[in-house]
Amino acid sequence: MSLQVPHREKPSSGSGATKAVILVGGSSRGTRFRPLSLDVPKPLFDVAGHPIIWHCLTAIEKVPSISEVYLIGYYEESVFRDFIKDASSEFPNLSIKYLREYQALGTAGGLYHFRDAILKGRPEHIFVLNSDVCCSFPLNEMLELSDSRDAEAVILGTRVSEDAANNFGCIVSDAHTRRVLHYVEKPESYISNLINCGVYLFNADALFPSIRTAIKRRTDRPRLASHRSSEHLSSSFMIDDEDSEKNEVIRLEQDILGDMADSKQFFVYETKDFWRQIKTAGSAIPANALYLQKAWQSGSKELAAPSANIIPPVYIHPSASVHPTAKLGPNVSIGPRVTVGPGVRIKESIVLEDSEVKHDACVLYSIIGWGSRVGAWARVEGTPTPVTSHNTSIIKNGVKVQAITILGKECGVGDEVRVQNCVCLPFKELKRDVANEVIM
Amino acid sequence: MKALILVGGFGTRLRPLTLTLPKPLVEFGNKRMILHQIEALAEAGVTDIVLAVNYRPEIMEKYLAEYEKQFGINITISIETEPLGTAGPLKLAENTLRKDGTPFFVLNSDVTCNYPFKELAAFHKSHGDEGTIVVTKVEEPSKYGVVVHKPNSPSRIDRFVEKPVEFVGNRINAGMYIFNTSVLDRIELRPTSIEQETFPAMVKDGQLHSFDLEGFWMDVGQPKDFLTGTCLYLSSLAKKGSKLLTPNTEPYVHGGNVLIDPSAKIGKGCRIGPNVTIGPDVVVGDGVRLQRCVLLSGSKVKDHAWVKSTIVGWNSIVGRWARLENVTVLGDDVTIADEVYVNGGSVLPHKTIKQNVDVPAIIM
Repeated sequence: MSLQVPHREKPSSGSGATKAVILVGGSSRGTRFRPLSLDVPKPLFDVAGHPIIWHCLTAIEKVPSISEVYLIGYYEESVFRDFIKDASSEFPNLSIKYLREYQALGTAGGLYHFRDAILKGRPEHIFVLNSDVCCSFPLNEMLELSDSRDAEAVILGTRVSEDAANNFGCIVSDAHTRRVLHYVEKPESYISNLINCGVYLFNADALFPSIRTAIKRRTDRPRLASHRSSEHLSSSFMIDDEDSEKNEVIRLEQDILGDMADSKQFFVYETKDFWRQIKTAGSAIPANALYLQKAWQSGSKELAAPSANIIPPVYIHPSASVHPTAKLGPNVSIGPRVTVGPGVRIKESIVLEDSEVKHDACVLYSIIGWGSRVGAWARVEGTPTPVTSHNTSIIKNGVKVQAITILGKECGVGDEVRVQNCVCLPFKELKRDVANEVIM
Repeated sequence: MKALILVGGFGTRLRPLTLTLPKPLVEFGNKRMILHQIEALAEAGVTDIVLAVNYRPEIMEKYLAEYEKQFGINITISIETEPLGTAGPLKLAENTLRKDGTPFFVLNSDVTCNYPFKELAAFHKSHGDEGTIVVTKVEEPSKYGVVVHKPNSPSRIDRFVEKPVEFVGNRINAGMYIFNTSVLDRIELRPTSIEQETFPAMVKDGQLHSFDLEGFWMDVGQPKDFLTGTCLYLSSLAKKGSKLLTPNTEPYVHGGNVLIDPSAKIGKGCRIGPNVTIGPDVVVGDGVRLQRCVLLSGSKVKDHAWVKSTIVGWNSIVGRWARLENVTVLGDDVTIADEVYVNGGSVLPHKTIKQNVDVPAIIM
């Protein structure tokens, strides 16, 4: 049974107003992004020289019909204040607002909670982007598909290897019509290698009714399960406030998408371009590489000019000081006020603001935290993972370790010290060689 | 006087270096191992040297001819068709060793020290008995065979105790001896051990004395000990105020004990030392950090590399920002690619290493 879609006044060829929502989560989430999320909320972590959600905004800006963007999450208000201020001047065509959930409502629950704000001005379409996604965000293509199919929802999909597919939401689709036939979140057995990228386009009239249906089902089910006696059943529609809050923990993936597949008006846009999840702190390295490559291919003027010692793509913040004998790249981001000494080598890494890498040091596949110091002839090293891998851990001597070496805020690596495949929590001094460890 | 140097086999324990050159020809402190010994023997008045080997040493002959000329001595090679142990080779070379009836030296080719041949000969003459073995003090005698002296005698040996559990002494056989020619009467031409068979017989007759070695001593038969022995050798050069060492006033010298061949080139901004040997025609790039390592002739260490506790074989190349450590040994003509890390790798000749060697391994 499909949801009733009211007849729209505008013909499907011309898009009406569109809004975008970026789901940013909250500080109690994203623990896998530690130790970096101990100091900066994950959505604001810099990859390729910009916060993760800045990359979402650049894609959103390219959709002409979008003028309003909401960030929905449960961080404190102050967290996004500076970012929104900066982004508003950088993206003058976008009005960006932060809508704070006072408790985690789930991805769909959050949307539903703010439905009045989102529906204000009667937008026709709503994009929903998970902030922990790194991809080229082909939003215009999704919008085109939606219009041509008169869709209730379009999901962005990508193909992954069969053994990786079960870690994601899996989509079974009609290859010809691109209609989603079946959707299941993290199935136990193999169903499809076409997976959910965490980017959706909903028809505004279809999204909230289907969340409401899910909430209603949720409301009914726990009551039936917990109160078996019939006298309670009669009062099941009388929902007290506390229960109503709990029942609003509704997630798009688990609670909404499966039903939408039944609606027959749910389509998938399959991207052939890059896509990665930014879950663990180490996954910032492939995300950094992919965004830098995208910037390089699009001829971005932000990137450092290639030379004998700059292997593109490399981003160097204008306030950073890099010695001309240092060799950087590929896929390196150097943050504000960073000092890179003579004869330094940096490859496949992010060096965050105010940190220093001293002469002749070597930094490979690593993240150097804010204000950290890497000594002369030190070697800070991670292990490259295959380009196609969606995993940032590797097996070393039978033990699972993080492939990317991460120094938290204000860590120090002594002269000539070697650090390999380690995660180092903030404010630690490493004076001896360490490998395959988490340093508390 | 005469001397016999026990060379034995090709030196498999010092592979991969000895896949390219026999052990006596490997440079130790920028001088071939055998030359240290020939030089010291010649200086003590030795005129005839026998090298006891059990392989066909074509490559040695060229060098030996050169040394004969240089020191005005005779060097002969005594080839065992089957390995004769540590005593058999003496019998095989009997004709040379008996010449002129004076005592002769015997030494193990793996041993490095400040060879005390003059003093040894004088001491030997002074006690008048058949043999004297050089002994050296060790910290852990339980790992070796310890010499025990007779009561009331500071030098006459009473017995040997193999790997003593209880402390009986801390002097061990240093692998250098002087004997009267009569010792040859005690040895038969068969595989036989000087330590197991000849010495006990001499001790029984009260004919064996010990002589204390001053300064360092090291058996450098394997890479780890080769590096340690090099440190000891360089320290002894420093102690003597040797002009061979690079002066500490050079800006790149760090911690001293640095021996650099004059033909080697050193880049800018390097930090070298302590305990580094750099051979002829070696090229060291800019910003290179070297410590406790040996760079053999013709090798090249590129910019910003970091090398510690490593032997870089002849003509090998260490890439930029590479890091070698933990008794890494590169054979002849090995290439380590830029940015690669090698932890305790033994790399056979002519290999190129492009990926990290994270744990000690032999790279065939």
